[in-house]
Amino acid sequence: MLSKRVVSCFDVRDGKLVKSVKFVNTKEIGEVVGRARQYYEDGLDELVMYDITASSDHRDIMLETVEAVASEIFIPFSVGGGIRSVEDATDLRWAGAEKINVNTAAVDRPELISEISHAVGAQSTILSIDVLRVPGGPLPSGFEIVTHGGRTHTGIDAIEWAREGERRGAGEIVVNSIDADGTCDGYDVELTRTVVDAVGIPVIASGGAGKPEHLYDVLTEGGADAALVASMVHYGEYTVSELKQYLHERGVKVRMHY
Amino acid sequence: MITILDYGAGNLRSVQRACRAIGQEECVVRDVDGLRSAERIIFPGIGAARSAMDTLEELGVIPALIECVEQGTPCLGICIGAQVALDRSEEGDTPCLGLIPGTTRLFQLDDPTLKVPHIGWNEVRVTQPHPLLDGLDPGDEFYFVHSYYLDPDSPEHSYAVSDYGGEFTCAVGRGSFFATQFHPEKSGRFGLELLSRFAQWNGK
Repeated sequence: MLSKRVVSCFDVRDGKLVKSVKFVNTKEIGEVVGRARQYYEDGLDELVMYDITASSDHRDIMLETVEAVASEIFIPFSVGGGIRSVEDATDLRWAGAEKINVNTAAVDRPELISEISHAVGAQSTILSIDVLRVPGGPLPSGFEIVTHGGRTHTGIDAIEWAREGERRGAGEIVVNSIDADGTCDGYDVELTRTVVDAVGIPVIASGGAGKPEHLYDVLTEGGADAALVASMVHYGEYTVSELKQYLHERGVKVRMHY
Repeated sequence: MITILDYGAGNLRSVQRACRAIGQEECVVRDVDGLRSAERIIFPGIGAARSAMDTLEELGVIPALIECVEQGTPCLGICIGAQVALDRSEEGDTPCLGLIPGTTRLFQLDDPTLKVPHIGWNEVRVTQPHPLLDGLDPGDEFYFVHSYYLDPDSPEHSYAVSDYGGEFTCAVGRGSFFATQFHPEKSGRFGLELLSRFAQWNGK
């Protein structure tokens, strides 16, 4: 039986681990490679790195960081942030990322998902979606795709977009709730469940994790295949192994031998 | 020295890095001479059977690869490297290498909650002792990413199973050839240990 995955998310700027709340107030909280290694040894199932470097030479810095991380951890990891072309994707794959994570650039130009999926395979193509609740509006699901940390509305229905992503060849979807992001009050379980029911590919829930029970809720009630954690482990409040032990004790199948 | 066959497989560099991590020297080859002089070979892979076979044919390495295995060179196939070792793959109805009698088949799952591809960590249960699987305990998990599974004709070539809507073979072997559906290069400590055992294996 497949295990549910505990995935950690690193926001990376200039090769450093940073934390931003709703994409502002960014501060440096650690060093990427050492932290990745530490979580890896502590039972992390997968790592997601988002490059939020603003400078023009960010690609080279990110490739170096990816290469360094890939030499230290032997679990799958994906990279996202600023990927706009097949060339960006294949460069990152060469540097050591298994999976390529596209978000805003795919909203701007949906063909990007198909192009990357064709080049690296569906299993290595992840669509990340940033979702805001817009109840009572014109969107059928009441969930809207937003970009730029929620500041830019797209008018795209999130559930329709998730389905389109799958059709275009995404092999997994990261569903990030902008409402829940940074709150530490729990994932948007309803949003996650709605996406899980709409697509036939694995769903990684993101945004809002603050307590171990939040992971439990989204992996059971929410039906997610994986739960993404950031602050709650980055600030040392919980360790990866504690989260997995908790899930294991509550009957969620997780990888306990590592 | 571990020789890694380069036929454009996406996990080539991950396999290289894993070899370095276990202190093994490795080299990458993409021709017949490189294969013939190899002490041991890793045949990596991720993606589609058809394109893998096409590339192997373009490189002209198929007879040499089969010859190496027949002569007892230890060889480890990974993922697509395992699938194309069977006679045939249902993926694009592709004729394959025939190192092990059997067919690679698409998952047909009755349970609608089980998704294809099968992506993630799953337990590997050893069904027949093999030097490369020594020391694995029940509950040890490996990382899988695949839509097709190995279906060898004879249980004698199946060494381990995993469960996804039913048991399926996840490691096959015959003579000096061994192959895993899962990715040892991405399976943490247990994956690296499998690669270490391969680096010591005499092919018997």
